[in-house]
Amino acid sequence: MENPILKLKNFNVYYDDVRVVNNIDINFEKNKITAIMGPSGCGKTTLLRAINRMHDFTPNARVEGEILLDNEDLNQMDAINVRRKIGMVFQRPNPFPTMSIYDNVISGYKLNGIKLKKAEQDEIVENSLTKSALWKEVKDTLHKRGSFLSGGQQQRLCIARTLAMKPEIILLDEPTSALDPIATQFIEELFLDLKKEVTLILVTHNMSQAARISNDTAFLYLGDLVEFGKTKRMFTTPENKRTEEYLIGKIG
Amino acid sequence: MNKDRFYKFILSSSVVVLIALVAVILVLLVENSLMSIKEFSYTMFTKNEWDPVQKSFLLISMPFALFLALFLGEYNTSGYIHNFVKSCVELLAGIPSLIYGFWGLFIFVPMIRDAQMYFGVIPYGVGLLTATLILAIMITPYSASLAQEVIRLVPRDLKEASYALGATRLETIRRIIIPYALSGLFAGVLLSLGRALGETMAVTMVIGNSNFIPKDLFSPANTMSSIIANEFTEATDPLHLSALIEIALILFVTTSVINLLGKYIIKKMVIK
Repeated sequence: MENPILKLKNFNVYYDDVRVVNNIDINFEKNKITAIMGPSGCGKTTLLRAINRMHDFTPNARVEGEILLDNEDLNQMDAINVRRKIGMVFQRPNPFPTMSIYDNVISGYKLNGIKLKKAEQDEIVENSLTKSALWKEVKDTLHKRGSFLSGGQQQRLCIARTLAMKPEIILLDEPTSALDPIATQFIEELFLDLKKEVTLILVTHNMSQAARISNDTAFLYLGDLVEFGKTKRMFTTPENKRTEEYLIGKIG
Repeated sequence: MNKDRFYKFILSSSVVVLIALVAVILVLLVENSLMSIKEFSYTMFTKNEWDPVQKSFLLISMPFALFLALFLGEYNTSGYIHNFVKSCVELLAGIPSLIYGFWGLFIFVPMIRDAQMYFGVIPYGVGLLTATLILAIMITPYSASLAQEVIRLVPRDLKEASYALGATRLETIRRIIIPYALSGLFAGVLLSLGRALGETMAVTMVIGNSNFIPKDLFSPANTMSSIIANEFTEATDPLHLSALIEIALILFVTTSVINLLGKYIIKKMVIK
C-alpha cells in the first residue's frame, strides 16, 4: 500500500444488535479504483454507505471503529463536510426531476446555499459534463429537464453532479446494474479516465466488472472481509478458499 | 360461473345506484332552483346579500398543516412519537363539527369579543374571523394528512442524492421535497378548500348569520351552507325555498369541481 487516502480500522456496522460488517481493516489507495464485491447481503453497500455517513439517517444503524480520510477521523467531522468530500453515485440513476440538466449539475452548490457567479457556474457545468462525457450530447439542451435522457445518460448526469463538487473520493453503489451493456461499457471507460483525478470505490455484485476496471479488490462474505489485494492477483491466484469458490461460482 | 355472474350483478348494481344518486341530487337541485334562477338570473351572488367569502382560513391553516405533514412524513416516519401525533391528527379529523362549533362559541367568541373591544369595533364576537379560525382548525388535520401522503411519495432516491451532495435536512426539504411535491400539495389545498366550503354546522354556529357582504373580518356574515342551514325551516315562500336550493346547487357544483380538480392533479403526480 503506497498512498492510502481512506483507512478503515476495526470497522463495524450494526443494525440494532445485528452486526452486518465485522471488524474490517482496509486501506483505499488514492487515484485507484477499488472494487468491493460479494454476494447480495454480504454488507458491501452497508460498508459503502458508512463511508459518507449516510447511516446517520437510519435510526437503528450504528457504526464502530475508525475511518480516516487523509488521517482525519471521519466520525469526528461534520457529516455535511464529509459528504462534500466524498461523493456518491447510486444504483438507479436519480437526477432531480424538478431541475434542468444545468441545475442538476450545479445542484450541489445550490443545495448547500453556495452562491456562485454565472461565469463560474457555467464553467463548473461545462467541466463536469465534459469529464462525465456528456457535454457533447446535452450542450444544446442544458436548460431542459433531464427526464428525457436515456438511463446511461442520466447516470452520467449524476456522475457530473457529483464531480461538480470536486470530491476527493466517489462512492459508486452498483452504478451500472440498472443499465444496458453498452451504457455499462461506456461508464466503465469513464471510470478509468476519472481515476486520474479522483479515488473511486466501486461496489459491485458483478465480478467481471471488478476484474475489468479495478486496481484492488475486496471480497466480502457475510460481513467479513475475506480477502483484499491487487485485482489481477486475486482473480488469478486467490489466497482464500472462499474467494476461489466465489470466483468459480460455487458460492454467491 | 352463475355465482360469478351473480356477484358481478350485485357489484355493478351498487355502482349504478351510486351514479344515480349523484344524478338525482343534481337533477333535484337544478329543477327546484329553476324558479329562483328565472327570477334573479345570476345576479343574486354579486348584487346582494349572499356572498361566499370564506377562504382566508387557508392562510392560517396551510402552513400549520404543512409543518405537521413534514414532521410526520419526513422527520418522524415511525416510532412512538409519529404514531401518537398521527392518532391525534386522526382524532381531530374525526370530531363532529358540532363540537368544534361549541368550542368556538365558548373559547373563540369571547376572545374575539375582547379583541373587538380593544380595537373599538362593535363586539359581536361571532363573525367572519371567528368562523375562519374554526375552519382553519377543523381543516388542518385533513390537509395535514393529505400533505403527508404527498410528501411520502417523494422517492427516497432523490432525498439520498441530495444528502449525498452535502445538503442538510432543511435544504433537502426546501429544494428537493417541496418542489417535487408541489403539485400534490396544491391539490391538497384544493381538496381542503372543497371540504371547507361545504362545512356547515360549526360555521353556522359562529359566523353571526348576517346576509350582507361583510365589511371587514370582524363582521357577521354567512356562507352558502350556513344560510341553508339557518333559513331552510323558515322558508315558506316557494321563491325563498327555490333560492336556497339554487345556493345548494352552486355549492354542489363548486365543491365537485374543486374536488375533481384536486384529485386529477394528485393522480397525475402519482403516475409521474
